[in-house]
Amino acid sequence: MADLRDLRAPADPPGPRLPLDLGDREPVLVRTRRALWTWWLIAGMWTRSVMAYRASFALMLGAGIAVTSLDFVVLVLMFRHTDRLGGWSLPELAFLYGTSGFALGVANLLVGSVDALGERIRTGTLDTMLIRPAPALAQLCAERFNLRRLGRPLQATAVLVWSLTALPVHWTADRILLVPTLLLCGTVIFGAVYIGGATLQFWWGEAKELQNSLTYGGATLLHYPPTIFARELVAGVVFGIPLAFVNWLPALRILDRPDPLGLPTAFQYASPAAALLCALAAALAWRAGLRAYRSTGN
Amino acid sequence: MATSVQLRAVEGGALGLYLAVARGAFRRYSTYRAATLAGAFTNTVFGCILASTFLALWRARPGLGGYDTTQAVTYIWVSQALLVTVAVWGGGFQDDVQERFRSGDIAIDLYRPVDFQGWWLASDLGRAAFHLLARGVPPTLVGALLFHTRLPASPAVWAVFLLSVLLAVVVSFGLRFLVSLTGFWLHDSEGVRAVMLVVAMFFSGMLLPISLFPGALGTAAHVLPWSALVQIPTDVLLERRTGGALLTGLAFQLAWAAALLAAGRALQLLATRKVVVQGG
Repeated sequence: MADLRDLRAPADPPGPRLPLDLGDREPVLVRTRRALWTWWLIAGMWTRSVMAYRASFALMLGAGIAVTSLDFVVLVLMFRHTDRLGGWSLPELAFLYGTSGFALGVANLLVGSVDALGERIRTGTLDTMLIRPAPALAQLCAERFNLRRLGRPLQATAVLVWSLTALPVHWTADRILLVPTLLLCGTVIFGAVYIGGATLQFWWGEAKELQNSLTYGGATLLHYPPTIFARELVAGVVFGIPLAFVNWLPALRILDRPDPLGLPTAFQYASPAAALLCALAAALAWRAGLRAYRSTGN
Repeated sequence: MATSVQLRAVEGGALGLYLAVARGAFRRYSTYRAATLAGAFTNTVFGCILASTFLALWRARPGLGGYDTTQAVTYIWVSQALLVTVAVWGGGFQDDVQERFRSGDIAIDLYRPVDFQGWWLASDLGRAAFHLLARGVPPTLVGALLFHTRLPASPAVWAVFLLSVLLAVVVSFGLRFLVSLTGFWLHDSEGVRAVMLVVAMFFSGMLLPISLFPGALGTAAHVLPWSALVQIPTDVLLERRTGGALLTGLAFQLAWAAALLAAGRALQLLATRKVVVQGG
């Protein structure tokens, strides 16, 4: 374990010590800084521990890249038999694949460990986190941090770069700006889905698989163009769990494609708003879950 | 050594013992109700997504790979039903064995008066029976409601399908058993498992029917053991294998099952010797 005193070092102002749990009285900015610092320390500790076995790390990273590449191999094999899927070409699908894989992969790297919440509740180790003088959510997200999860975003980035070179896009200022925006907002959306989905485990300890269908299932959905899915499903990921803002909606603008739902153009630029709403919803869910939590007492 | 003890203890009641082990595994998995429900939901979500993609592909290329559009959509739902049942991803008894490597209990297992391989095979068959019911039936029903699927009406086809699934589980067990035994030499079989996962997902026909693979890749996929896991049972249910082709398919599964079990047995003997040499 890292020295616990490290966890509070940067947030502690000079002078007399403050009580450990400042709760809501601590300004949001200070609390955020403390959470990020906590995440950084714990993630760093796990990285050092993983790097003790370098060969094993390299193997697992390689295997991870191979596993995630399979989805793309299947896409390529499909396009050996056709040159359009739902009216979209392979480079266009590769753009969807790369952006969705990148967002999911980075979110998984940063906060993916949160899905162990149910396990921690069962074994009582969540209590240990709650009594430490550091934000529990940050600890939960950083615990068992493993750089080998870089495999997915690395592979997705490679596909994305290829698609950008192969796509005949007419690059305007807004289109250029949309690419980094959607990558960032997509990561936030998937991160919120991870955290929001994990908080379900406060009420239903075995909901982990359910969360997989939102994260991995969601990312698989976003690999393919919206035109091949039922309209209800597409509407569900616009207005329900807003995964469509990860890449579908901005991609319609970037690739200059008609919207199968006929939504206003503003939706194609609305990823930041959707990301903000998702983050807020996840934060509220986390708070509600923590309040509802009763220790199992083991 | 253990063999003589083993024979005496098990004589007469061997089948009963293995049935009890299988029943125990079935009941054990059936206690995780909420997790099973969540898992069946995940299979359904993936079924919906993948069936839509197949529908789009077959609309562009009707009759691709010898499947009509309805068969292609059904293919997805049957393969989702088989994914956990035949443990394409690995897991099942493998997780238990891995845990016993970690705790060192594996040494005790080898000296029990029950056959090591037989015990875990029985337990894996019990698990598979539960998963076929719990994670196979619900997604298939939802798939039939939401999509246009084609399931056989003839009970004979269903019976042969179940036989083919049984053989698929044994082949899958044979592969996973070999992977687990590498734990005796490597400190953990995590890395080998990760590699096997890739190979199994791809060559089982889980992601794409093997008849869509190009050239040598397709030829290789047809003869490797993994096609016994998903491709053959699914084709049996879709009635793409009838008559002679049906028999060849089952024989193929049976041959791989026998070969892998024999290889597992040989490796197990070597592993037992290793434990003896190390003194447990």
